[in-house]
Amino acid sequence: MDLLRFATAGSVDDGKSTLIGRLLFDSKAIFTDQLESVERTSRQRGDEYTDLSLLTDGLRAEREQGITIDVAYRYFATPRRKFIIADTPGHIQYTRNMVTGASTADLAIVLVDARKGMVEQSRRHAFLVSLLRVPHLVLAVNKMDLVGWSQEVFESIEREFSSFATKLEVPDLTVVPISALHGDNIVSRSPNMPWYEGPSLLHHLEHVHIASDRNLVDVRFPVQYVIRPQSLQHSDYRAYAGQVAGGVLKPGDEVMVLPSGFTTRIAAIDTADGPVAEAFAPMSVTVRLEDEIDVSRGDLICRPHNRPAVAQDIDAMVCWMADTPLVPGQKLAVKHTTRSARALVKELQYRLDVNSLHRDDTATQLGLNDIGRVRLRTTVPLLADEYRRNRQTGGFILVDESTNRTVGAGMITSAG
Amino acid sequence: MTIHEYQLSQLDYLEAEAVHVFREVAAELERPVLLFSGGKDSIVMLRLAEKAFWPAPMPFPVMHVDTGHNFPEVLEFRDRRVAELGVNLVVASVPEAIERGLVAEEPNGSRNRIQTPVLLDAVEKHRFTALFGGARRDEEKARAKERVFSFRDEFGQWDPKNQRPELWNLYNGRIHLGESIRVFPLSNWTELDVWHYIRREEIAVPSIYYAHDREVFERDGMLFANNEFCRPREGETTFVAKVRYRTVGDASLTAAVKSDADTVEKVIDEIAATRLTERGATRGDDRVSEAAMEDRKKEGYF
Repeated sequence: MDLLRFATAGSVDDGKSTLIGRLLFDSKAIFTDQLESVERTSRQRGDEYTDLSLLTDGLRAEREQGITIDVAYRYFATPRRKFIIADTPGHIQYTRNMVTGASTADLAIVLVDARKGMVEQSRRHAFLVSLLRVPHLVLAVNKMDLVGWSQEVFESIEREFSSFATKLEVPDLTVVPISALHGDNIVSRSPNMPWYEGPSLLHHLEHVHIASDRNLVDVRFPVQYVIRPQSLQHSDYRAYAGQVAGGVLKPGDEVMVLPSGFTTRIAAIDTADGPVAEAFAPMSVTVRLEDEIDVSRGDLICRPHNRPAVAQDIDAMVCWMADTPLVPGQKLAVKHTTRSARALVKELQYRLDVNSLHRDDTATQLGLNDIGRVRLRTTVPLLADEYRRNRQTGGFILVDESTNRTVGAGMITSAG
Repeated sequence: MTIHEYQLSQLDYLEAEAVHVFREVAAELERPVLLFSGGKDSIVMLRLAEKAFWPAPMPFPVMHVDTGHNFPEVLEFRDRRVAELGVNLVVASVPEAIERGLVAEEPNGSRNRIQTPVLLDAVEKHRFTALFGGARRDEEKARAKERVFSFRDEFGQWDPKNQRPELWNLYNGRIHLGESIRVFPLSNWTELDVWHYIRREEIAVPSIYYAHDREVFERDGMLFANNEFCRPREGETTFVAKVRYRTVGDASLTAAVKSDADTVEKVIDEIAATRLTERGATRGDDRVSEAAMEDRKKEGYF
């Protein structure tokens, strides 16, 4: 059994909570005591129906105010797959939460209300999914029952969305007409929409091919931790632990260590369960090298003829997540793979309007939940790929050095 | 040529993620400690920590916040496992803290709330900056909002409305003096994943997790063991039943469930079929209010 991580985007009005509730309920991931607790709370509040959003709105403030503050993670499994849902709230802190949820997602579901069709918010959701390079996008056209199960309505939304999506480089788009409330096309194909020939939503989630989504071409192994047991039994053991970020590593491979540029070969790939013949993302392994060379945390092991950039000048799309704005001249801490550095904000090239995709090159700062293209100069070189090529070696976070808060997420567009 | 699928199973994925988290903490934070209660989640966590640094020993001690209300089988298991691994065990003792006046026994005898100051006191004394806990997001709705790296201020408090965003596999472990990070390597595991992993790795767990005969009585619809920490009140009668524990916490608060599952396979089948959450079925401490867990977490609980 493998695992699929997906994010859901849409507001309560689009039926997102109902959809998640339906997936959890139909896969028996909602337990009796949880349901009773939700029913009790709904009754006490005087809701007309059981509000399934209470399942995910776990914080007191969320329940009191009827809003979702933060990303909630939910889990369910079918005999084919385990699923992790990052349920991102619809209104407050939208961009920040969706960027967070999408950063680890293999797939994103964007919900639209069939009666309203594509709205500004749907475009924004789709844009963020593409910005974060989520490999698979599902547009779920919900509330089909309220448009008389109309093929025409569905196809017109599908056409509109598809033409918008071509601007976004969405690698894989699936459009499904559903009724989350009544369960149509959720688990099984709906008899109400015989004209729809695609899979049910759950069938798609269970079968979408994700094995080739990760980069299997460019060998990238950020060194996380040096393992050197101080014991007689393993006195000569020295190896480099980390999580593979790209490519396939094999013993005997010629490799280069960056930033030093020394070359050597992989002697063995160790795990606590014994050596392995190959390692690929996202395996956590320990690599032993044939030659004793100086390697430490923050270095990166790659192939001599396929290297990331070794660069201090970084261009990136940055999503800003703090109340105080990002401004040119500011200094921040950067965490990129296992490497930490300081960075100077050299330039804000433009701020992007996430609704119209218009680039405002007169912008002088990025406020909370703004996205813009930024040039950074780092104190030490980053070993960086374009984010579109590798989400692990192309993404970084920005941290405020005085408050220690995570204030930004960056996706590298070029490193030189 | 065989077609090669470069795809990890769900257990391998979760293991790789947890191992990454352990190494990240060891690399970036100065004085980590692993919270080890002898419960199944902390046992799995210990196994993952062992794997993360192999063949070197794990580079941090383990700590038990001992309420004094223990199941003997669990305490014995704790000591055996610690001896096998040769790790240092720090015990933060609630009875001892009561004796020296740090905390006072609550009227109802529950030590659930008062264990938090004892934990925070030990953190301060040993200057721990990172505490690994076995909490999982699927356990409870407040925990569903928890980060893998959960920042705590100098009072050990959690501020759920103001958490650090967590993206990709990049964790922010930066803190000021006196602050700390709670780290949850099992965040994305479910109860079933934990048991599948126990089976796959052939991990030993205390015997009370498997079905056995025990003298119990019923309270609030739950089965409590008749032991020195928990006696039947008037009107509650004891009887012998075949039970097992789904969670192991304070022996005065943790209830057993009726079960015939005396092997790991049977436990897995039982959990797959159950319609009650593990905490809902067995924890008196979560029944106080809708937000009982959130309130305790804000005070510094795990």
